[in-house]
Amino acid sequence: MAEAMQKTSPMAVVTALGPRGMITLRGDLAASKLKAVCKALTGADIPAAGHATVVKETGLAWMSPDELLIMLPHAEVPAAIAKIDAALKGSHYLAVDVSDARAVFRVCGSGAREVMGKLCPVDLHPDQFAPGQFRRTRMGQIAAAFWMRDAATFEVVCFRSVADYAFDLLTVSAKAGPVGYY
Amino acid sequence: MLTLTCPYCGTHADETELAPGGEAHLKRFGPGSSDEDFEDYLFRRANPKGVHFERWRHAYGCGKWFLAARCTTTLEVYGTYPAQTTEPPEHILETIAAKRPGWSWEADT
Ligand SMILES: [Zn+2]
Repeated sequence: MAEAMQKTSPMAVVTALGPRGMITLRGDLAASKLKAVCKALTGADIPAAGHATVVKETGLAWMSPDELLIMLPHAEVPAAIAKIDAALKGSHYLAVDVSDARAVFRVCGSGAREVMGKLCPVDLHPDQFAPGQFRRTRMGQIAAAFWMRDAATFEVVCFRSVADYAFDLLTVSAKAGPVGYY
Repeated sequence: MLTLTCPYCGTHADETELAPGGEAHLKRFGPGSSDEDFEDYLFRRANPKGVHFERWRHAYGCGKWFLAARCTTTLEVYGTYPAQTTEPPEHILETIAAKRPGWSWEADT
């Protein structure tokens, strides 16, 4: 997966993106120090359950009641973790660089909802899932999470160990054509 | 298809997004207990035809364990609730009582 991989179909363009900075942060999401350091790093407020505030490469995603995914440019990760460690020192938290454990994909096009909808047990009708929301789920046989960059673009993360499977899965779903469900 | 609402993240999770964890509300018998109690704790499980309480983990989602009350014959789900409780919460029992007159939590355990 070294070079940029991309497959185009009438439904959507599937792209394997380069490395993105990702930090798993566990702790008390209501704590003011945690909120402040997240805001300082990403400019974003703590998202509500099932939501993400991601602009381009930077933002926060709600992973569970005590876990956030912090996304930022890859080169900024070490400095960001140092800032978190300094800000949360003495409180119960965990901040880990998981950038290299993850693969990121983009699914862009008029059929992007169907490409995802065929693979995940999630209602992706526009009334039910829109930019701003975030969903961890099963994609085919693997765990994945996704959000919408805009009305026609999904970004998908999964474990890097299953990146080839994920890319092929998205590509086949896009190639298979529309169902016309949404 | 069984769909359970995860009480931690609010997701209406399809069965394939969940991992089953068996019977809920077991009382642990560990070191110092009698052999009979320890055996029951390890191996004996309720297998009711009707109302049942189960542990589930939102494995592909937020990762949390939660509990669910459902009917094993109709698959009707009475409700889901956080795992930090040793017995079903009142609102779950009320929901079941309304749908299953005559059923009671004590009688089933
Ligand atoms: Zn959940």
